[in-house]
Parts: sequence; structure tokens; C-alpha cells
Amino acid sequence: MMAWSTPPYLLADVSVRRVMLQVLVALLPGIAAYVWLIGPSILVQLVIATLAALLGEAVMLRLRRRPLLLFLTDGSAIVSAWLIALAFPPLSPWWLTVVGVLFAIVIAKHLYGGLGQNPFNPAMIAFAACIVSFPALMSQWPALGLKLSLAEQFEIIAGLAPRIDAMSGATPLDALKTALKLGEGAVDVPTLLANQDVFGNFAGRGWEWVSVGYLLGGLWLWQRKIITWQTPVAFVGGLTLLAAILWAWNPQQFASPLFHLFSGGSLLGAFFIVTDPVSGSTTFRGKLIFGFLAGAIAYVIRVFGGYPDGVAFAVLLMNLCVPLIDMYTQPPIFGMKNPK
Amino acid sequence: MLAQLFRFKGGVKPQTNKTISVQEPIAQAPLPARLFVPLHQSIGGAPNPLVQAGDTVRKGQLIGGADAWVSAAVHAPTSGRVLAVEEHVAAHPSGLPTLSVVIEPDGRDEWIERRPVDHQSLPPERVRELLRDAGVVGLGGAAFPSHAKLTPARSVAMEQLVINGAECEPFMTCDDMLMRERADEIVRGIAIFRELLAAREVLIGIEDNKQEAIAAMHEAVLRLAPDYRVVAVPTRYPAGGAKQLIRVLTGKEVPASRRSTELGVQCFNVATVYTAYRALACGEPVLSRIVTLTGNVERPRNWEVSLGTPMREVVALARPRADTGSFLMGGPMMGFEIPDLDAPVVKATNCIIAASPGLFPPPPPEMPCIRCGACAEVCPHELQPFELYWFSRARNFGKTQEYYIFDCIECGCCSYVCPSHIPLVQYFRFAKSEIWAREREKQAADAAKERFELRNARAEREQAEKAERLARAASARTSEKKAPPERTNAVDSPPAAAAGEPAAAAATDADAIRKAAIAAAMARARAQRELAQPKNTDRLSAEQEREIAAVEARRGAQPATPEATAGAAGSGAPAGPQRGE
Ligand code: SF4
Ligand code: SF4
Repeated sequence: MMAWSTPPYLLADVSVRRVMLQVLVALLPGIAAYVWLIGPSILVQLVIATLAALLGEAVMLRLRRRPLLLFLTDGSAIVSAWLIALAFPPLSPWWLTVVGVLFAIVIAKHLYGGLGQNPFNPAMIAFAACIVSFPALMSQWPALGLKLSLAEQFEIIAGLAPRIDAMSGATPLDALKTALKLGEGAVDVPTLLANQDVFGNFAGRGWEWVSVGYLLGGLWLWQRKIITWQTPVAFVGGLTLLAAILWAWNPQQFASPLFHLFSGGSLLGAFFIVTDPVSGSTTFRGKLIFGFLAGAIAYVIRVFGGYPDGVAFAVLLMNLCVPLIDMYTQPPIFGMKNPK
Repeated sequence: MLAQLFRFKGGVKPQTNKTISVQEPIAQAPLPARLFVPLHQSIGGAPNPLVQAGDTVRKGQLIGGADAWVSAAVHAPTSGRVLAVEEHVAAHPSGLPTLSVVIEPDGRDEWIERRPVDHQSLPPERVRELLRDAGVVGLGGAAFPSHAKLTPARSVAMEQLVINGAECEPFMTCDDMLMRERADEIVRGIAIFRELLAAREVLIGIEDNKQEAIAAMHEAVLRLAPDYRVVAVPTRYPAGGAKQLIRVLTGKEVPASRRSTELGVQCFNVATVYTAYRALACGEPVLSRIVTLTGNVERPRNWEVSLGTPMREVVALARPRADTGSFLMGGPMMGFEIPDLDAPVVKATNCIIAASPGLFPPPPPEMPCIRCGACAEVCPHELQPFELYWFSRARNFGKTQEYYIFDCIECGCCSYVCPSHIPLVQYFRFAKSEIWAREREKQAADAAKERFELRNARAEREQAEKAERLARAASARTSEKKAPPERTNAVDSPPAAAAGEPAAAAATDADAIRKAAIAAAMARARAQRELAQPKNTDRLSAEQEREIAAVEARRGAQPATPEATAGAAGSGAPAGPQRGE
């Protein structure tokens, strides 16, 4: 007799590894735009994050006595690592990236039971932990026009070169918020966007195209049925709706929905973070609620809160609500839709 | 034909692999040297043996009589001599034996007297009886006695009779070939069922990958019964599940908790209809069935096989290739691995697949669930398989029921798509059988408790009477020595008081009474302890084991029968149509 004796004897050609691999592929357009427009240092960060993730994963698997090769090659740790690298400032010192990744893998993932068990999105946990612990480093974004060679960038990341002033730029979101605050009503959004260098055609210069890259990758994932449309659409909807209301009410003080959509972590969040199946909602209506509220909360935090972006905290908050959301949104089953 | 088609949610599209076995017409399999005809071949009660060793039987002779309404008769597939009525390994995943009639064919193949009847001239009850006695059961794999499904609901008019020729399992082609070659008989058989149910409409559903069968059925319908509709349904597993086909053709959804007749619809498999026709119009009970032999074999083909033929002899006809590791009965999605090729072909044997690691690679290692939702996406009953999985794993069986585990038809779509390769169906079967076991245990415990309490009450009564007697005797003796008034006192006092009463002169009697009371209390405590003890599951008595085996066998009779499982447990009653029935 053979080893398998349980139906079905036919299995589709799918695996966790293949799912994760496709997620990584879907990140490539965004990464390409990142390298092109912001700087190749992100590649260094991706490598550091990947190595740290694999190391952390291996150690934890060994400690937990789990099959090493099987889980090390499932790709899930690399996905978390890449998301962290993409969410962190590109010139962060190497150890910051490592700390973030290890936090995600060791604490957010394995201490909760490993693959499939984590109630919170590991990458967002890492981001939140680091922005609370190292607020200064986490807000040092390379100023635009900072022309550094790859070698110079590498030296900064490795800590071999001093961190220079030009590096401590701000993200477009941050720049807008700070300018509005300093201007105390005297400046208005349209003028700012038109005059400051950090802003591009419809959002942050450069960053807007990175976001377009994430959008393309996300659409591909949807087309491949790796993600469903509900969460991204609801997330974008929540964010856009709030942005649109405030913008319509006072366009001088609030940026347009388009600006918000293509700034910060909006689209990375919409297609790669809130779509994380493990920590997200699983039902049709649950996904809509989860995505919508995450988007709305992200907007509130980013515009009214103390942090430059709100996606991470919004997602973590909503992760907390998932069991409740899922419980109350169970769909009716076959034959029970209109009970007579 | 213009028919509005509905969609059922979910489903998957595995490689169908059907063309290999439809290249040649159905062939007659030779009779083996010995036939092992199990008496219990259908859902419901096991028929009683009507023959014994040494009897000679004719072809078609009744050898097992239906023992209840939900039960179906069994017949001698050929003429010959009964060698034994004994336990023989069954076509069941457990490989457990079942009571079977062993027949040595005499080669003459002599029929009993066949009595064709005209069903139109008989009252419906009589027709249903005839079907039961001809052993007509669902041949799609469920083996549910057909006559029991042929009574319309009293309050609901029967709107549609659905005839299932969908045959959605990969590899399987027995219904396809039957429709191609014997369409006329099928169409005539439908007329019988339609009349019994007084169905307004007849819809014959066939997956659109069987164009020849559709054409043949279409042609027969045009000639014989132009108001039937042959409908090509999209090829998507499990379109041949009775509930799915009903949904696609009528838009009705039959939940596990209801019978389909309550919704004015009933469903039968084409092969079932065919045997019903043979039974009435030719007087021939069900003695054989079409079996697809396919998979890793030199010569895939459909064979008409006498029931009771050992599988070993059947598979030899197809010439399995050398690297064949095992054989599956049923399709690759819902079938099971045949544990022993000595098991005979039965009414539920629709397909035998030679399996090799190349054809069905062993599953990759199981990973944790990542809640990707792929399983929920394909579940035709719109369940949340991963939630069921979590709860089954956690042995939280109450929750599995809240999430409708008994609506699961075990179709395997969820396991098929799971990227973590979790054998979800296994978990669900485990949870279901666990729930049944607990249910049984509870019933047994309740019965035991009742028995115990009765016994207890009796013991107490007897004790009270005894104490009373003793007290009376004691006080009588006392009164002999002392004053008579004490007598009434002793008689009136309750037994306990009597036992403790320190009537000085009756010390010995009082002692005896106390001892009796203590012994009784100890016995009670012991009995209670026994009752409270957890049921020990790893040291089962022979009787318990037999009981479990019986239940397993009942369950196992249905691995290819989603509704049977769901229905049996969901409502305690057969929930209408069986899969492909
Ligand atoms: S398909 Fe598998 S991994 Fe995905 S949710 Fe279902 S059980 Fe979990
Ligand atoms: S086996 Fe059960 S849970 Fe899985 S897809 Fe089929 S009906 Fe749904």
C-alpha cells in the first residue's frame, strides 16, 4: 500500500511557497521604480532584511524543533522581510533593519506559533516597534536631490560613513504636514504642492511612481487570485472617502484623495499588507469592514496623529478586531440563504 | 434546448482523464470461479440471508430479503451452488468483513422465472415494493434504496425530477458509456420514476464534456418522451453531486437539514433508472453493474461485472501496469483505497482506478493553515473549511457543528486547492465520527443511568422493607420482654431511624441493619464511580469494537456519497437524493 490513503487523491498544483513567490514577484515593479527614482540603496536593504529573516527563522525553527528546510523555503519570512525593507527609510543603518526584521520574525511570528498563527502582521509590528523605539532614525528619509553612489549609500547603511544632514529629509506626507503646521493657516496645500521640490505630479516626487508600481503588482496578484479584491478596494475606499470629504470641505488645508492614495504606505498597504491572509479577515463582508476601517484609521492617524504615516497602526488595530469581525460576518451556507 | 442554468458556488476543475476509457464499448466481464455476494450492499438495514450452504440457486433468485423499509434485496448473480454464508472482506476502506453469500457458478446461468410487469397497471406502493425486492439502489455510489426516495412529499407538489448523468468525478465513465449505449432503457426507466413521483418536469443533466452521451440521450428523448429535457451543464467538479445538479438545473438549494422532496425536486442517477427499467419491464433484479476500469492500466475500459466478483479478477481484465501501487474504488476525489483485492464488486462499485505514484503523486508535507481562504472559495456548500479545520483540530466539536460540519459533503474540493496541503476532509470525517461516537456514548450513558437508577430504587425499596421487617421483629421481641407500647413507635419510625435505634435488647438486630445499610451505600458508591469513569477508548471490549466497526461500516458504505453522510447525521433521516444516485 502507498503512503497516502486519504481522498482526494488529486491535488491542485499549489503550495505556500508558490503563493509567497508570487507575492515577491508582485513587489518587483514597485522595487524597480524605487531603485530608479529613489535610489539603489533599497537593494542593499532588501538583501540585509532577507538574510536577517532567514537567520531568525532558522534559529526559531531549530528552537521550536520544526522541520527546517520545509519552513525555511516556504518564502513567508522573505515576504515579511521585503515588506519591512520597503517600509523603512532606505538609508536606515543596517542594524535598524535587522532589529525590525528579527522583531517581526521572532516575536510577532514565532512566539505566536509560527506560520499561520500570528494575529498581527509581522511587518507592521516591526514598523510600529521601531518607530516608537527609534523615532529619529525612522524619519530620516533621503532628501530629494541627494546624489549618492551605491558605494556611498552602502557605507551609510553599514555605518562606515557619518550620517549627513542631507539625509534627514522627510517623506512627502511629513513635509506637507509639517509645512501646514508651521504655516498655521497662512499656507495652503495647492501652493505647497506646486512649489516644493518634494512633490511631484500628483503626490510625492518619485514616490508616486513607486506607488504605481505597487498598484500594478497588486492588480497582478488579484488577477492570479492570490488576493481577493475586497480588502484592497475597501482599504482604498476608506482612505479615499475620508480624504475626499475633508478635501471637499477645505481644499486649502487638506490634500486631495489622489495625493493620499499615492503617498506613504497607502498602496503598499492596500495590496500587500491588509491582504495578508493570516492576520486579516476571511469573510466577504469581514474583508470589506476590515479594509475600510483600516483605510479610514490610516488616514486619521496620518493627518491628525503624531506619526508621518498611519498604515501600520491602523492595520494593527484592525488585526485586533479580526476574530470579532469574522465571528459576526459568517456567510450563510448553501441552502440556508432564505430560510423559510 | 433552451434552459436557464443556475450556478453553484465553488467547485474545481481537475484534469478529467475520461477519454482513455471510452474508446471501446462496454464489455461483459467473465464469471469468476466464486462469487462473494455481500448481503449488505445498500444504506439502511442489512438484508437477512434466505439461503444456506448447500442450496442451489438460480440466476436472479432472492438470497437476501430487505429487512426494513430502508433496505434493499440482494440476489444470486448467476445459477450455482451456495458454498457458504460467511463473513468475507468487504469493499470498504476498513477492509472489515461482512456477511456474504459465497456462490459457485454452475456455468449454466439459468434464470428464475422472470415476470415483467407493466408498472402503469399497478398501484404505486406495489411498484415501490417491487423495486425494493429487485434490489434497486442508487448506483452513483451512494447505494441508497431507490424506492424510499420515490414517495412525494404530501404537502409539496413534485416539480422537477432530475436525472443525473453529470458524472463529474475524473476518470469515471460508466454513466457516460451507459447513456451512449442504452439511452432507450434509461428514458423508459425515467417514465416509471416520473409517474411514481408525479413530477411535472424531467430534467436530464449531463456535463458538457460528454457530447456523445448528450446526443444519444437527446435522440432517445425525442423518440420516446419529447417533453423531457436533456441539459448540458458546465463541466465543473462536483456538478454531479445531487445537490449541485439540482441547483444548476432548478435553482433550488437543498440544505442538509431538509429532504429534497420538501422542495419539490428529486434526483436519480442514470444507472439507477436503467436498473429500475430492467427490474420492471424485464423482471430482472440488479445482478450486475457497469464498472470503469482505468488509471494506470494497459486497457482502460468499461465492463459489465456481476456483483460479487472479486476485484482481483476484475482488475486483471484491464492489465494494470507494473508500477501500480494500489487501487481506488470510486473516483480520485471521493473514492478510497481498496485495502484488499479479495473484496467483491458491489452495487456501489462504479469505478476502479489503478493508482501509481506517477498518476497520483503522494501529497507534499502538511503545512500550517495560512487562512488564505482558497478552500472557502471552492466549497460548493459555501462552508468555511479552514474554520472547521481549526475547530476539528482543537477538538472543539460543538463549534464545528455551529459552522455546519454536517453540511459538508466531503467532496474534497477544499483539500484539492489547499496550498498547505492539509487533508481537510480527513479532519472533517474525524470530527463527524467523533461527534457520532459521543452521541452514542451519551445515549449509552443515559440508558445505563436509567437502568442504574431503577436498580437503585429497587434496592432501596427492598432494603427499606428489610429494615422494616427487622425493626418489626426486633420491637416484637422487645415488647415481649418490655412494655408493649413501644411497638407502634418502632413500626412508625422510618428505616434509617429504625436502623439506628438503640433498642438495647435488639442490639444484634440493629447491628445487622447498620451493616446492610453500609453495604448498600458502598455498592451505590461503586456503581456511581463506574458511571463517572471516562469511557476508556483504548481498551475496548469486543462488543464495543464490534459496535464501532458496524458504525464505521455504515459510514464507509458512503465515502462516495456526500449527502448520505450529511443527511444521516444532519437530520437523522436520509436527506433525499444521494450523490449521483
Ligand atoms: S486552503 Fe488551506 S491554507 Fe488556505 S485557508 Fe483553507 S485550509 Fe487554510
Ligand atoms: S469537503 Fe466539505 S468543506 Fe470541503 S469543499 Fe467539500 S463540502 Fe466544502
